[in-house]
Amino acid sequence: MVAKLIETNSAGFEKVEVDPVTLDIIENALRNARIEMDATLFRTALSPGIREQGDAFPLIAERNGKMIVGQFGSFIDGFLNAFDGDLEDGDVILLNDPYSCEGAISHNNDQLVIMPIFRNGRVISWAAMFGHMTDIGGKVPGSLPTDATSIFEEGLRMPPVKLYRKGELQEDILKIATHQSRMPEWYRADLHAIVASCRVAALRVNEICERFGEDVYVSATEELLARNHRAMKILIGQAIGEDRVSFEDFICDDGKGNGPFKIKCTMWREGERVILDFEGTDPQSDSSINFYLNENMFKMFFGIYMIMVFDPQILFNDGFYDLVEVRVPEGSLLKPKFPAALSCRTHALGRIFDVLGALLGQKTPDFLCAAGFSSSPHLMFSGFDKTGEWYQLFQIGFGGIPGRPMGDGPDGHSLWPGFTNVPNEFLEHYFPMLIERYESAADSGGAGLHRGGNGIHMTYRFLHDGRISIHDDRWFVPPWGVNGGLPAARSWKRIDRADGSSEHLGSKVDNIDVHEGDLLHYVTWGGGGWGDPLGRDPGLVGQEVAQGLVSVDGARRYGVVVDAGGSVDQSATEALREKLRGGRGELGVFDFGPDLDTLRANCEADTGLPAPRQPVWRNRGAA
Amino acid sequence: MAYRLGVDVGGTFTDLLLFNDESGRTFRSKVPSTPHDPSEAVITGTRGICESAGIAPSDIEDFLHGTTVATNAVLEGKGARVGLVVTEGYRQVLQIARSLVPGGLAAWIIWPKPEPLARLEDTVEVPGRLLATGEEYRPIDEAATRAALEQLKANGVEAITVCLMNAYVSDKHERRVAEIAAEVFDGQDITISLSHDILPEMYEYERALTTVANAAVRPVVGRYVRNLESELRGFGMSGRINLLRSDGGLMTAKKAQDAPVNLLMSGPAGGVTGALWVASQAGLHNILTLDVGGTSTDVALIEDLEPRLVRNTDVGHLSVRASSLDVKTVGAGGGSIAHVPELTRALRVGPESAGAVPGPACYGKGGEQAPVTDANVVLGYLPESLLGGSFTLDRDASVAAVQTVADAMDIGLHEAAQGIIDIVNENMFGALRMISVQQGYDPRDFALMGFGGAGSLHSNAVAKLMGAWPVVVPNSPGVLCALGDATTRMRAEAARSYSKVISQTNAAEVADALAELRAQVLSELAEEGIGADDAELRYEIDLRYHGQGFEIPMPFTGKHGDDSALQALCDAFDEEHRRMFTFNMDAEHELVNLRVIALGQALALPALEIEKGNGDPSGAKLSDHRLWVDGEERDAVIYDRAKLRAGDSIPGPAIIVEMDSTALVLPDHVATVDDYGNILINPSAGH
Repeated sequence: MVAKLIETNSAGFEKVEVDPVTLDIIENALRNARIEMDATLFRTALSPGIREQGDAFPLIAERNGKMIVGQFGSFIDGFLNAFDGDLEDGDVILLNDPYSCEGAISHNNDQLVIMPIFRNGRVISWAAMFGHMTDIGGKVPGSLPTDATSIFEEGLRMPPVKLYRKGELQEDILKIATHQSRMPEWYRADLHAIVASCRVAALRVNEICERFGEDVYVSATEELLARNHRAMKILIGQAIGEDRVSFEDFICDDGKGNGPFKIKCTMWREGERVILDFEGTDPQSDSSINFYLNENMFKMFFGIYMIMVFDPQILFNDGFYDLVEVRVPEGSLLKPKFPAALSCRTHALGRIFDVLGALLGQKTPDFLCAAGFSSSPHLMFSGFDKTGEWYQLFQIGFGGIPGRPMGDGPDGHSLWPGFTNVPNEFLEHYFPMLIERYESAADSGGAGLHRGGNGIHMTYRFLHDGRISIHDDRWFVPPWGVNGGLPAARSWKRIDRADGSSEHLGSKVDNIDVHEGDLLHYVTWGGGGWGDPLGRDPGLVGQEVAQGLVSVDGARRYGVVVDAGGSVDQSATEALREKLRGGRGELGVFDFGPDLDTLRANCEADTGLPAPRQPVWRNRGAA
Repeated sequence: MAYRLGVDVGGTFTDLLLFNDESGRTFRSKVPSTPHDPSEAVITGTRGICESAGIAPSDIEDFLHGTTVATNAVLEGKGARVGLVVTEGYRQVLQIARSLVPGGLAAWIIWPKPEPLARLEDTVEVPGRLLATGEEYRPIDEAATRAALEQLKANGVEAITVCLMNAYVSDKHERRVAEIAAEVFDGQDITISLSHDILPEMYEYERALTTVANAAVRPVVGRYVRNLESELRGFGMSGRINLLRSDGGLMTAKKAQDAPVNLLMSGPAGGVTGALWVASQAGLHNILTLDVGGTSTDVALIEDLEPRLVRNTDVGHLSVRASSLDVKTVGAGGGSIAHVPELTRALRVGPESAGAVPGPACYGKGGEQAPVTDANVVLGYLPESLLGGSFTLDRDASVAAVQTVADAMDIGLHEAAQGIIDIVNENMFGALRMISVQQGYDPRDFALMGFGGAGSLHSNAVAKLMGAWPVVVPNSPGVLCALGDATTRMRAEAARSYSKVISQTNAAEVADALAELRAQVLSELAEEGIGADDAELRYEIDLRYHGQGFEIPMPFTGKHGDDSALQALCDAFDEEHRRMFTFNMDAEHELVNLRVIALGQALALPALEIEKGNGDPSGAKLSDHRLWVDGEERDAVIYDRAKLRAGDSIPGPAIIVEMDSTALVLPDHVATVDDYGNILINPSAGH
């Protein structure tokens, strides 16, 4: 640890025995405090991205910085290693530079607030939260320039600084940061909201100490970590083999016509430790799709997936970290060298979850889910309205939840925790647009015994001239199905101009001018199918035809012959299923759809867009 | 003699409380609920209580009823088959909902896919569009609308709902659709509800859901109420029939049939209004309520004799926009089962519940797991023979069940039982924190009232955690909901979306909008025979900083044209915002919704005083007893509540039993009986 903690009380904490009931009570109290952090944030933030959609993540850590409650694992550790200043009671740290915290946050839009919780002169805990700001300056509205070649083009870049020093707000810092944003009121309010959330956590931690004593609190947090360690050790021993399993998936393109980019991970167990090795992942990109993957964060993703897949009763924290080793090659897409651009990392971040799910489940297909978790699609829309006032929208879209062991994937839902859509009436009230269509796209979910959820087909009509950016993926490499389930439909975007012309848009574009009356079709991908579609109840397929979730043609992928009203022709269905069964080979664990060469060959015809070029990497020296 | 009869239908029992308007005397009774037709138990109970009180049914002037019939219709999917008409492009508004998957990262792996309340097959689109300003962008396509409605007719839907985009601003298109629907369904007895009427507020999903939920429960509630009415009339009950709303007020049987969405929290609301009545008797103004049932516990906060309201009602996974008392529910009750997961060896209590069958082990119905009730038996908090002597608890079975938990954790029997109680108390504490501390209230400013079957077994321990004193054990805690039904007053509410920042409007404009709403609520009360002079009016404006996603309802008292009133409103909001969230913003204030509430006259009901004693409770002593507390076995005394006198003072540890409830007084605490028979528990002097 480089950071220096100024503790006015040098007494150590006494290790005390904590009875199991007190332990549960403290864990529960911390969990409630975390929920309260979220509630405070959503109620007081201003930007739709945070207040409506929930793009923010809290944590409470024990005194050494290990996460006790939260979702993304602790980023305190990375910060403490990189911060070379003093920290004292009343200090609140603000930072947004991923390179200053070992990737604890992964693009400049995420503002990270870290607050040591002092009590009687000693650090007793940590509260932290990061949230995605709608705008932090830079070359495009929304601050996610796809074509950026270095982080210097991506807006405000803040190393760890003291936003509060000994309890006092450093107005100058706030002014400088706020000044960079195209939406300064949102930046300021959202930042205040994040700080207020951390303060709530500090208040609650102090109350717990008040009630049980500081020694009990500190000992309890250690025991909570140890309890998780014990549980995960057993789980890892049961669920992860010593044989190596590998999986690779792709980011479709870099927004500059190159792609796809491979992410590869290999997993095996050595004794009680799991190794996750990203050897074989492509080198970093010249654009901003790089994802600076923090090893600890990935450990947490791994832990949460293990728990959700195999035993959802375990409560997770950082306790199991030394049971997992993550290896990421330097200079790769997942550990790019400074000053590589990082703003559009959301696709690789999302794809990691598909890779992880596939790694964990491929030896135990009954627990395997299909592909779904693939980035979070964004739309940016900005300009000056009829009264000359600046407006700027950052909207996160959703797709289909994949087919799962437990059943169908929900249509048009969020794979990110706590995220919700922006009500269309809200959009229409605050922005010059009309949402002509908001529904899930029929047949876009992969066919399977359990159907993948459909993606969303959203059609915007612009009521005023403005400019848009799009961030999306999975337009070229389809989301795969598992256990006989078929891949899902890919994403697509098309703009139908008021003048009658029409153009397909790439999945990563900036600075597209739109005019009054233009229509934008923004269609996200579906979730892959799970299990043999020919085993699905024909009556259910018929019902989904009547519901508009599956088309009459789409029903044939299930071997079901049905009319538009949903009535199933039983004998024709049996015949079709017989024929399809005969014409296909053995069902594999994964169905990736066509290979890359075929995808390339058909790209223009299928998508209206040219195929991405295979990336080439020049020898990169120092930047 | 005039009587008010409160009737509360619960999952296991239907509680009745008959209240003499003049003397304040009460009669109470419990009959088993009849879930297949809840009105059966209501009728049986009503007959019974009239007999035992020696009155004629015609003596009942007011029949006041809390019911879960609407809630159950939603939870069990037994509502009407509702057709939903939406704007073209929005057929899946309920399917996509808000896209939210509850839980943390990767929770989607185990989240069951919900089914929409109106089936997708029964959701149809009509072309035509309004802008957010209310202007028409595209007219309604009447032919297409007719065809869509014909399809719903062919599907056999039982009710029609219409929710079009931006209808919160203008009802123009929805009205036209309703006219066409009336033609298509001509001659058919079918209700048509418009989202503009049910909930004229922004957010299409919430508005559609609320409109559909209302229509779905409407026939069920209608059938129930009509049936009940005719049965009651059949045996001579000629008084008024009113139902308890989710917000704690009453509405007429007729209004309940029209807007049953306001009944979704009718059940838990009774407990809160009952607590309100008891609190005003006991001279307390700030109360936290703790209603402990078999599978769950409901908590609520009353500040200055006003219960907190929220703008939504949560039923299962659905959140409907209708005002309700801010009642939080946790899956922690007497039946919550204790278990020890193998991997972590942590002690967990609930949310699984033993239910009525097999119930706790001590009921001797074959239960082998260890719910909270068994832990209470093991510790001696629940004596083996309950008052009334109808059946005794099987203590050995409780010991065996709790022992399994003790073995799994490798600790002693009493430690395990204590652990179970501590954890369930902690869960109740967590729920109480959500409605107090997390809303900026200091629990030390509140008294804690425990009721329901097991509330007074836990309230003393929970008060210790909260620092909320005194603990109030009301009379007949088991039928407090019925008391609440009997003692609350009429209420009508009207609201509309406003969505203007303060600089875009003025006091005169606000006053005009409020006047319209006032006329609505007054005419509603007038139908019930309450004149404008007798109604108490309250004005509320939901405020937020422009751009915020969360609004705070603020009381508004401004007179017509007085702009300083708006400024005062903003100042009050700033203060409230600071109290809740610790800071204010520079942003402009936005008036989000306007609301007018009309209340019938407050009831001047008398409360019955009990006989005065000399402070010594020994006349009520039933037996000596031993119980386990604070890690050791202690001597205690069991008292019969019916024999306690006003002013009696009972040192803990003690147990006070009555017909349907048992109260635990912990060591170092003392219970005193007030003039009305309520028991107040406080820490002993020096503790």
